[in-house]
Amino acid sequence: MSLIQLNNICKFYSMGDQTVKALDHINLTIKQNDYVAFIGSSGSGKSTMMNILGCLDQPTEGEYLLNDKNVSLLSQNELADIRNQEIGFIFQSFNLLPRADALHNVMLPLVYKGVSLEKRKKLATQALEKVNLSDRMDHIPSQLSGGQRQRVAIARALVTSPSILLADEPTGNLDSQTTRDIMQLFDELHQEGQTIIMVTHEDEIAEHCHRVIRLSDGQIIEDYVNEKEVALV
Amino acid sequence: MFSLIESFRSAILSVKAHGFRSFLTTLGIIIGVSSTIAVVSVIQGLSHSINQQFEGFGSNSISIRSFTPREERMKGKIARISANDVEMIRRHSEGVEFITPTLSSTIGGTSPVKYKGNQAFAQIAGTTYTYQDVQNIDIKYGRFLSYSDNQTRRKVIVIGEKLREDLSLPNNPVGSFVNFAGEWLKVIGLAEPRGSFFGFSQDNFAILPYNTMRGLNGNLLEPDIFVQLQLKNVDDLDQIKAKLRTILRKQHHLEPDEDDDFKIETPEQLTSGISQLISTMTVVLGGIVSISLIVGGIGIMNIMLVSVTERTREIGICKAIGAKRHHILLQFLIEAVVLSLLGGIIGIVLGYGLGMLAAAAIPNFPAANVPLWAVGIAFGFSAFVGILFGILPAAKAANLDPIDALRYE
Repeated sequence: MSLIQLNNICKFYSMGDQTVKALDHINLTIKQNDYVAFIGSSGSGKSTMMNILGCLDQPTEGEYLLNDKNVSLLSQNELADIRNQEIGFIFQSFNLLPRADALHNVMLPLVYKGVSLEKRKKLATQALEKVNLSDRMDHIPSQLSGGQRQRVAIARALVTSPSILLADEPTGNLDSQTTRDIMQLFDELHQEGQTIIMVTHEDEIAEHCHRVIRLSDGQIIEDYVNEKEVALV
Repeated sequence: MFSLIESFRSAILSVKAHGFRSFLTTLGIIIGVSSTIAVVSVIQGLSHSINQQFEGFGSNSISIRSFTPREERMKGKIARISANDVEMIRRHSEGVEFITPTLSSTIGGTSPVKYKGNQAFAQIAGTTYTYQDVQNIDIKYGRFLSYSDNQTRRKVIVIGEKLREDLSLPNNPVGSFVNFAGEWLKVIGLAEPRGSFFGFSQDNFAILPYNTMRGLNGNLLEPDIFVQLQLKNVDDLDQIKAKLRTILRKQHHLEPDEDDDFKIETPEQLTSGISQLISTMTVVLGGIVSISLIVGGIGIMNIMLVSVTERTREIGICKAIGAKRHHILLQFLIEAVVLSLLGGIIGIVLGYGLGMLAAAAIPNFPAANVPLWAVGIAFGFSAFVGILFGILPAAKAANLDPIDALRYE
């Protein structure tokens, strides 16, 4: 079953009198429980891909079907709902609210979803337990290590049970040991059935994924199945 | 439905996170609100006590005094209410409970009183026994003037505490003799001290019978008498007023085209004059306050704009995880309102304290009185300022593009 269907997606930016083709007629299908990595050098269009897939941005041309729903025509507020309920973002720089403790950071998406306080607390606690941070719930981000912050961010992404986990260089700010821990967490989430899409320029990270898509100048130049990883499963 | 409580929580968190900055931001509102509350409380306290004094006066009373327009005074004419006028009023006094004429030795001034080589100056008035009720005079020692004191022109005097002190009379001066205008008068009573009003002692007076005073003044001076009438029935007020006017115009030989050279006033007229003054002051103050609140509001808007810029990235995060436009708008708007309301509350408390302090610092000033409407208006206005000046920064925040906001360093 196809979770994501991109038909002729284009994203053009005009820089003065020049038009930059960030994404150039992309056709792509991502299935449920896929574990996909977008790789490519900077300027290859992977960030734009991430923004379009995450419904932060809309394509200039083309059709984006998410769960068979065309989201390329939705309004800003409808996109906010999609981001809230279908997508869990994980960023390179964690992007937690600095003044809120771990629990409140994880509860925040549920606030926008309109979940009652009691249920918010319950769901956020469960999400934090899942990333092994139940003992750090009342810590604010500055009291947490990089790995712990990223775990909070993952918990926040998971708390609404989204269709897709969208991670943008999730280990870019982490040391190698923490990177291994975080990637292991992603692997576990994938095994539990979570669809994960990752954007990275590190090959070791991409090696964890089952499907690797290489972008260059806004086009897909390579799309292959990572045989080694698939074999392990 | 988005939780408002969550917005409030986040607003309070943010206000707390920048404690000193928040305080400086609200300072404009604090100063505006506190100064108004302080001044309003003092004015209201004053008007409250003035009204109370008039209530004692009674609504069924009329006062008559001479009145010389400025131009007339410059021509050297001085209007008077003479003893004859009072006699005439007395003769036509149907419907009047009692008449209290007051004859001052010098109008608004003081006259010398002597005792054992000491001399002091006091306001001397000649009046009748009803003056005690009209002016609410309590007696500490002895008694007030009686009906017969006046009828028989007894040479007696009731004095105030300040005059007793100035003359070094004994604590209980009843039975002592003081000299006024060359006559020895027996002290028959000492009034309870009343303290001072705006720094003027209210106890520097002496009261003697009206007829005695007339005799003492003799023919030296054509007296000007202040008359107070207590009516039997308040419904007759307008009718009696009209009759008094006719009598006095006739007495003063005024031509039909001439203005009255006297004034007939009721307590309502006096209090309405005062209320008018107070409402004018309130309007002027209102103007000053709105200016200061607008200045305070601009301060809040300024800091909110800074805050939106500082938190651009946070706004981006919130939008990425599903915040809609109105969520962000509401959050920043509530923050602005929390700031301005905080200023309003601190201002009300501070202003009340200042008003009490001011009232306490001025001797014998009535206690400050903060009416609930002033608190309500101050509170409502600060909230309004918060919304008015919060809307622009909040809209700026709400309209941010999530990608740009997330990329913001």
